[in-house]
Amino acid sequence: MLIVYFKFKFLRTNSEKYNKAALFLMKIFAVNFTMGVVTGIPMEFQFGTNWSKFSELTGGIIGQTLAMEGLFSFFLESSFLALFIFGEKLLGHKLHFVAGFLVFLGSWASGFFILATNAWMQHPVGYEILENGKYVLQNFSAIFDNPWLVPAFLHNQMASLVTSSFVVASIGAFYILSKKSEEYGKLFLKTGIIFGFIASNLVAFPTGDWNAKNVVKHQPASFAAMEGIFETEHGGAEIILVGQPNMLEKKLDNKIGVPNVLSFLTYQNWNTEVKGMNEFETEELPTNIPMLYYSYHIMVGLGTIFIAIMGLAILFLYRKTIYEYKTLLWVILFAAPFPYIANILGWYVAELGRQPYLVYGLLKTQEGISQTVSSGNTLFTLLGFMGLYALLGMLFLILVGQVIYKGPESKKI
Amino acid sequence: MAFPTFYAAVFSGFYLPLIMVLWLIIFRAISLEFRNKFDYQMWKDIWDKAFGISSLLLVLFFGMALGNIVRGVNLGGVENGVSTYEAHYFFLPLWNSSFSPLAENPGVIDWFTLLIGVVAVVTLSIHGSAWIILKTNSSINNQLKDVIHKLSFVLLVLTILSLAIWQIIKPNALYNFMDKPYLIVFPVFYFIGLFALIFSKKLKKDIYVFYASSLVILGGLTSSLASMFPVVLPSTNSINESLTIYNTSASNYGLSVALVWGTIGIILLVVYAIVQKRFMKGKIDDMEYGH
Repeated sequence: MLIVYFKFKFLRTNSEKYNKAALFLMKIFAVNFTMGVVTGIPMEFQFGTNWSKFSELTGGIIGQTLAMEGLFSFFLESSFLALFIFGEKLLGHKLHFVAGFLVFLGSWASGFFILATNAWMQHPVGYEILENGKYVLQNFSAIFDNPWLVPAFLHNQMASLVTSSFVVASIGAFYILSKKSEEYGKLFLKTGIIFGFIASNLVAFPTGDWNAKNVVKHQPASFAAMEGIFETEHGGAEIILVGQPNMLEKKLDNKIGVPNVLSFLTYQNWNTEVKGMNEFETEELPTNIPMLYYSYHIMVGLGTIFIAIMGLAILFLYRKTIYEYKTLLWVILFAAPFPYIANILGWYVAELGRQPYLVYGLLKTQEGISQTVSSGNTLFTLLGFMGLYALLGMLFLILVGQVIYKGPESKKI
Repeated sequence: MAFPTFYAAVFSGFYLPLIMVLWLIIFRAISLEFRNKFDYQMWKDIWDKAFGISSLLLVLFFGMALGNIVRGVNLGGVENGVSTYEAHYFFLPLWNSSFSPLAENPGVIDWFTLLIGVVAVVTLSIHGSAWIILKTNSSINNQLKDVIHKLSFVLLVLTILSLAIWQIIKPNALYNFMDKPYLIVFPVFYFIGLFALIFSKKLKKDIYVFYASSLVILGGLTSSLASMFPVVLPSTNSINESLTIYNTSASNYGLSVALVWGTIGIILLVVYAIVQKRFMKGKIDDMEYGH
């Protein structure tokens, strides 16, 4: 999105600065894209390799959205990414912008189809279960009307925008602090802060809020676990800011909470009761409550810090003093990895929260595995992937670091 | 996933080879991406080798995969006349001690699948050479034409050999072609392509050589599938029936929906391909690209 913005600015202003900024970010995006593809293919495979029973039973439904993802978004994205990277001279600037826009469209459509799949697992709709246990598609459009889909999609996309804004702002801060390329540093910092400020607010409200309300409505047991409410509190629930779940005594240690706020946030009423974990059967509760609780709280905590950083930054940007305010630049420089952490934790919340189910309320996780694959084989491949991904992670950092070090003035691809 | 049962059975059954294919795909993709990131000869050499080796092994694996599909697997994991899994599931070891396709529980690698793997390597070496000749003015183009010429003889020998062995493993392997004679068109494609490759030095344009090797690939794959139809994965035991397109497909409603968006998607793909080809046509050396 930011790349398309820069290319658009270039077309409007005809200033070479914006064009170079767009191409520079595209280089970083290209490395990201490669990583995304190579680590994404195993995910498409694993539905069959590791979750074959799940695929056999639900393939008629999730197969639709997953295949649409490949056909409509992945091919769009990858076809035009090549043209965007290599084709500036061949295409001319207007078509080059179109290619960039199509890459953006492809990547967002990809997120949409993936989340349509996940939304169906979180809140299954439009299906029918046959006698042999198979799920067949009954209503195609219901999959895209799923109340879970739009909030989750927008939350996810805004979170991605927060991530890219922080990365762009962080690169900008680096160029200013290192006095390497101050012209681009200022451009990146400014753009990153503006987009980052808008996006980090939208992640929390309204999109995060919509999602939380969906969880209360459709997965109340998960909601209690992620908020850390062991006992139902009558007359309004407090919101937990800090505390460590103690699973043996079923309470929170070292708790700090603010009374009645959770009830207000959830139901817009200070006194509505929120169901605690004591009201659900143990089999209905998520299997790893502490992990779910921490994932959720760290995600929300980081999200709040992002708003604070970007809020402060935009204030100084408005007063035009940000470029001299070194402390804030250092904070922005080192903030870049944290949106990644928050994103991963957000997925932990979604996936751990759905446990013990694979398809919420219908199919348990343990019923979806590949029965013919032994645990020794999965351990073998897990170790292989861990080694390979560690290598990929290091190479990724080196390559992105090198692109940033060379700077936007560099001509090489 | 129009055939969820097939997908579920095959992907879990071929668990180990598929994961290895994934690792190879990853190496192949990152070699291509990373090679030119540092202007340093040793770095480039590493990724050139990684790309070459992973590509070679990948083709070998894909050929072996085709060999496995044609040969069939021990569906239901039958041991001593009793299924150990549900009838459509199986799990293949990488190999068994005899390396024989005739064993009760054949592995992924046996001498038949290995042969098909080699056939795939030879076929795609020809195809790759034809592509290089078509797209570049490189100094090795003349040598590559020799390579194509020699490899096409090798391919002819391998083809005859694998057909003979296939006939031994599966006595009625070619039944479909006798039952439905019009299916002969697929092997005919294959052999027209192959003979064109043998006489490739007489072909006037580089693109004809490329068409010929494309015809070999297309003809070879379609012939294999035509010989099996409607079976998609044969059973090597007599207890559990083979997987066919009928007993593995998704619901009719789901398939009809997918047909609609699938058609739209394929049309889009053709458009992308045309757009790309228009901008990337001609020999690479003559193109001006970059910024």
